[in-house]
Amino acid sequence: MDELLDEFEVDITRCMHCGACVGSCPVNAIFLNEVLLVFNDDCTMCKRCIKVCPVGAIKIMGDK
Amino acid sequence: MADYDVVVVGAGPAGSMTAKWAAKNGARVLIIEKRQEIGSPVRCGEGISRSWLDSVGIKLDSKSVARQVKGAKIVAPNGTPFYLSEDMAGDEVGLVIERIFFDKLLAKDAVKAGADLQLKTSAVNLLKKGDKVTGVKVKSFGETRDISCGCVVGADGYESQVGRWAGINTNLAPRDITSCFQYRLTNIKHDPDYCEFTLGSKAPGGYIWIFPKDEETANVGIGMQLTKLKDPADVKKHLDRFIQADPRLKKGKALEMVSGAVSICAPIDRTVGDGILLVGDAARQIDPITGGGISNSCKAGKVAGEVLAKASRERNFSVDSLRRYENGWRDLLENHLYRNWMAKEKLVTLSDDTFNKVIATLNEVGVERMSTIAILKAIEKRHPDLVKEFQDLLG
Repeated sequence: MDELLDEFEVDITRCMHCGACVGSCPVNAIFLNEVLLVFNDDCTMCKRCIKVCPVGAIKIMGDK
Repeated sequence: MADYDVVVVGAGPAGSMTAKWAAKNGARVLIIEKRQEIGSPVRCGEGISRSWLDSVGIKLDSKSVARQVKGAKIVAPNGTPFYLSEDMAGDEVGLVIERIFFDKLLAKDAVKAGADLQLKTSAVNLLKKGDKVTGVKVKSFGETRDISCGCVVGADGYESQVGRWAGINTNLAPRDITSCFQYRLTNIKHDPDYCEFTLGSKAPGGYIWIFPKDEETANVGIGMQLTKLKDPADVKKHLDRFIQADPRLKKGKALEMVSGAVSICAPIDRTVGDGILLVGDAARQIDPITGGGISNSCKAGKVAGEVLAKASRERNFSVDSLRRYENGWRDLLENHLYRNWMAKEKLVTLSDDTFNKVIATLNEVGVERMSTIAILKAIEKRHPDLVKEFQDLLG
């Protein structure tokens, strides 16, 4: 799972630290520390966080 | 003896109201807030009604109010408006507030009532004995410490951790999530006397709002249902497109950007446990049609505070004791939330053509007040076919 998590990329020039991804995560795998998004290894790669992000700050490495 | 009777996590409206009513009635209360300033950054459209404020003991100061509006303007996809005056708009609209002052006002009320308040203090976990919550582990300025209490209140908003740590299911289905983006735009020519709501495919599964802050400034925002989103940043793109296509708005400059998500779900099964209670967005008490949460948070917060004060006097924070809060907030809000959730489930399926017909009909027949039922009944008179799908709501 750690390998999968390494593939998440948060674009800090887009992230507004709003917590939309945190509250939407079905397994509580994202933690927001005001300025830092942390993903833990409960992540199931459902990608809901990517979808809910209002500004498109989360993506999988390699995806455009 | 525990450090406090009650520790409230989060100093938004729900948390401060809970703390105020608990402290006022004798409980020893601490509020912790992870941010360095209460009310900032804003994550809100800031439109509220004023009808409920007295009932929860809020006296607004002048700084907390940006603008009083005359009513709401509901705009069909084809641009046709339907005006609702404030007495008809009821619970939906009336004031545009300044959250940075409003939230501080409520926190000041809580402190005045006797609550302690600590900023830049994050809850990082719950303390438990078995399933019973006995306190909260916090981090602040490089120090980690345990605070023991009779009850922890999760007032930690949409991204609530407290409920999940306590094992309360607050998970949302994708159709019950709205993703939002907003600009505070200045240099615009909006109608400064009405809160405006645009329906239909410009904001699939949600709406676009324009809430006036002053003559040349407004909160212009969008909410879209998660299941309607296709590409990354779809929400912001839809709003940018709307602003560019609207001659009143396209010269606007943003003074502030706000993003976030809100729940638009049916009431959740459980909001209390042994030594734990959830309130506000953390308890998913948001109105599923408007996405508004402040009035419900404050109403539920008052109930929570009063119950917690009693629980403190009785030294009983068991789930049975706290169930008085569960029953109390449900008596006040549950029917309305459930009905509006059912209505939302239908509304998100309507086509632009249907919205156009609905607005045209409302302009022909008028409605007595802004309630889902009143609007449906008004439409039924002229176009029974349009409300066929809503028969279960009409009863």
